[in-house]
Amino acid sequence: MSEPSQPEPVPEPIGEPRGGDRVRRHRLSTRLWHWTNLVAITVMLMSGLMIFNAHPRLYWGPFGANPDHPWLEVTDMGGRGQLRIAGHAFDTTGFMGVATDAHGEVQAQAFPGWMTIPSTYSLADARLWHLAFAWVLAFALLGYLVWSLLNGHVRRDLHITRAEWSPRHIVADVIDHARLRFPTGVAALRYNVLQKLAYCGVLFGLIPLAILTGLTMSPAFNAVAPFLLDLFGGRQSARSLHFLAAMGLVLFVAVHLAMVVLAGPVNEVRSMITGWYRLPKEREGERGHD
Amino acid sequence: MTERVSRRRMLALGATGAGGLLLSGCDKLNGNATFRGLLESAEDAHRGSQRLLGGGMLAPEFAAADMSPNFRANGSRTAADNAEWAAHAASGFAQWKLRVDGLVLRPLDLSLDALKALPQRTQITRHDCVEGWSAIGQWTGPQLSSVLKAAGLLPAARFLVFHCADKFGGAAPYYESIDLMDAFHPQTILAHTMNGGPLAVAHGAPLRLRVERQLGYKQAKFVTRIEARSSLAGLYGGKGGFWEDRADYAWYAGI
Repeated sequence: MSEPSQPEPVPEPIGEPRGGDRVRRHRLSTRLWHWTNLVAITVMLMSGLMIFNAHPRLYWGPFGANPDHPWLEVTDMGGRGQLRIAGHAFDTTGFMGVATDAHGEVQAQAFPGWMTIPSTYSLADARLWHLAFAWVLAFALLGYLVWSLLNGHVRRDLHITRAEWSPRHIVADVIDHARLRFPTGVAALRYNVLQKLAYCGVLFGLIPLAILTGLTMSPAFNAVAPFLLDLFGGRQSARSLHFLAAMGLVLFVAVHLAMVVLAGPVNEVRSMITGWYRLPKEREGERGHD
Repeated sequence: MTERVSRRRMLALGATGAGGLLLSGCDKLNGNATFRGLLESAEDAHRGSQRLLGGGMLAPEFAAADMSPNFRANGSRTAADNAEWAAHAASGFAQWKLRVDGLVLRPLDLSLDALKALPQRTQITRHDCVEGWSAIGQWTGPQLSSVLKAAGLLPAARFLVFHCADKFGGAAPYYESIDLMDAFHPQTILAHTMNGGPLAVAHGAPLRLRVERQLGYKQAKFVTRIEARSSLAGLYGGKGGFWEDRADYAWYAGI
């Protein structure tokens, strides 16, 4: 990482900051939640994959077990790993179903050890991690959402305006993304509409869905909130949706990381740690993005 | 200056933390007693919060149309290696008796007929295995509370232990335990009938526990004796159940 050698400029811009200026970008609450959530999501995903390994079949409806028909299944077909989704079979040997572990031994399990917590089969230990970090995930999100409503983060930064919802605006933003034309100058301080959709989708969609479907799998919580079973279509549907929400989060993380790399990883990561961000320089002949 | 130092430190800490997590750190933490203790404290939080929110609320009950066409039998599918159980099975459990003892005023020996003479409860409920699958079936039997009232629990009693005839995998005898809150829950029954017929051997004949707000491994099969105790310490592995002792499954299995 390259640090500026000159004395720290005090970024107290009079008027609008310009490309190259160092500006305050992420609040402390956003930074704290981001890194707490990174740890929580990572642990939940890795321990969740181990829990999936205990019964690598997904069903729709209130019940579902070995005699019933799964819509998704990972199996070991005589030494070949196979993923079956709605009747279509994919050979996943080496990745899912059958894979070679760190000691060079062939393991027949749905997800390989390098993806799971713990790395060798233990449903009990995976549940220990998963159900403990579930508290971290849920309360970090709850705290962050409440705080972000109070401090205006939701209204100022995440709220998608009517103009932004217009198809023309969204298409223009998709084209900019496809051409890797990221906003510069002061425009880079605002989230664009695709960013807002992604962040809102995670904050208000995928993580709450994962938490609620997770709670719906708890037999004791079913007694407390039976309406969640009705909402999700039964316990096995909730389990399927839980898995799909997790896959959605994996997809988000993949795109998120790619965008960080493309937008300048040092500047982006630094701003999420320290809060300070260097505005990208305006391109020739333009001032900002709008 | 201090800002730059702290920023560097934070960057280094962040990188180390993320790297450690993604590499083998998790397995090391998994074996660390202090860290495991911290994770295990979440079990108390589950029990505490679910008891606080749930109280005596009932597990969902289903219609006959919702039942699994084929209810998966899991765990021990027989107790045939137990000679006493095998003899009872051979005679249709006509001479079989459930022993109720421990911290009770009146130890009891109850035949199947005696259990069937008590007020019966029939419920169609969902059985959730810790592995993730579910099956819906219909269960009939007396409420455990009726049996406990007949025996008269002593004030020191805190747990009910269910001793079973089967030895899963030929190892130690299967057993399970619940606290008084679950013991006196209206849906906690001793099922002798499943899906309208006598409880099949694969499902734990002649009697299995149904404690509907917990996972499958708590639903002890082949129950032969109910013991009221003040503590679970000193019994087998001391963790209150076969899988709890053997594989470190949580004693409270409401989630």
